[in-house]
Amino acid sequence: MDPDKCQGHARCYGLVPELFEIDDYGQSTAVGDGSVPPELEERARLAIANCPEFAVEEIPPS
Amino acid sequence: MRTTAPVGAWESDFDVLDAQYIADPFAIWDQLRQTCPIAHTDRRGSTWLPTRYEDVTAMAHDIGHFSSLEVAVIPFEGEEPEEPVLPYGLPPISADPPLHTWTRRLLLPWFSHTRVRTYESMTRGLCSGLIDGFIAEGRADAASDYAQQIPVRVIAHILGVSPDLSDTFTGWVRDVLEFADDPDRRVRGVQGLLEYFIAEVATRRAQPGDDLLSELLRTEVDGAPLEDSVVLGAAALVLIAGVDTTWSAIGSSLWHLATHPADRTRMVEDPEVMSLAVEELLRAYSPVTMARIVTTDVEFAGCPMKAGDKILMNFPAANRDPAVFDHADEVVLDRAHNRHVAFGSGIHRCAGSNLARMELRVALEEWLCRIPEFHLADGEEVTWAGGQVRGPRVLPVVFP
Repeated sequence: MDPDKCQGHARCYGLVPELFEIDDYGQSTAVGDGSVPPELEERARLAIANCPEFAVEEIPPS
Repeated sequence: MRTTAPVGAWESDFDVLDAQYIADPFAIWDQLRQTCPIAHTDRRGSTWLPTRYEDVTAMAHDIGHFSSLEVAVIPFEGEEPEEPVLPYGLPPISADPPLHTWTRRLLLPWFSHTRVRTYESMTRGLCSGLIDGFIAEGRADAASDYAQQIPVRVIAHILGVSPDLSDTFTGWVRDVLEFADDPDRRVRGVQGLLEYFIAEVATRRAQPGDDLLSELLRTEVDGAPLEDSVVLGAAALVLIAGVDTTWSAIGSSLWHLATHPADRTRMVEDPEVMSLAVEELLRAYSPVTMARIVTTDVEFAGCPMKAGDKILMNFPAANRDPAVFDHADEVVLDRAHNRHVAFGSGIHRCAGSNLARMELRVALEEWLCRIPEFHLADGEEVTWAGGQVRGPRVLPVVFP
């Protein structure tokens, strides 16, 4: 989750509130270190595919 | 609304107030996207109309070349006063940074996810009460009896102004946005709003409440209270931006469901689809076009844009771009990949987007729960407004 790109559309939070936090100004951040448990992977990809600012990215585990 | 001269070539002489464009802009955008894709006109000043997602979002992010100091799609043709009451317009929408940044932060918490949840039950009660008023008749004007009545009352609640004046507020907002090519109506709407809020500011100073207007009056920036013109501009913005837009989205969605029975049935039978369907209806029937002003001569996508030219930020056409959306001209209720920009893109993303989404969802939930079957009334005309905000204004529907 790139906070510099986020403009507060809140699509990620609306789709997967387990993975994102949102403040009073609409700024989203990833919960914890941003890692995604396997059962949420599919919905996490939805968050990526619905962000109008391309602020959510998939980074494969190294 | 005045009639417009017929449009010959959409590429070089477009007119967003043309009757065909208002009723059905989709085919015009498709044609422009393939052949142009940024149209130009000299009607009401030199103006550009992008139609591709890529161009619209790039311009929205390039705030250096494309300023928000003039966001009205239809320029004001009357005489400007020498000392305007609102020297900053309606910040933050009509501002660039730095004014944009701090005025936007004043408004955002009022429309946060958490705050919007607290407006949901009053919105639901309001929708339900409106339906009570016409359900026994078996017919309604889904635009004027329902959609038009909802957002204005929610916004009045947030601003702490009387919901009894809802029709008056709606009239002023329509004067400003929909009848913008008629200078007398535009002046009437602007004056009505300003005089009303000037009086309200005086009342709130004496007797503050826990509403948005009172909070703006309490706010200090760098140790000083806000200038009255900033308070007035922000309050007028909340009303103007919160009324016509969401009402249009609710009306267009009901028009879609009245004319697409399979989608209507699916939304009734599968309530789980609602959250994706709300986004899809926002994409397909995005109501709002904003404007920008070119700050310095620039060539953009091969178009020689001059300082002072107007750009129409065609978010509705961007959302129908087949390069970005599969089956872009079809409503796919459970569309999974939907980076739509109905609320804009970049730093001017609609500050009220959480509120608008909630209102649209609740308005559809309440309607579909009480009126699961409905269709357009045979032989009665549906009329649309367009220009800055597109949506149905007369929408006669019948239900068993």
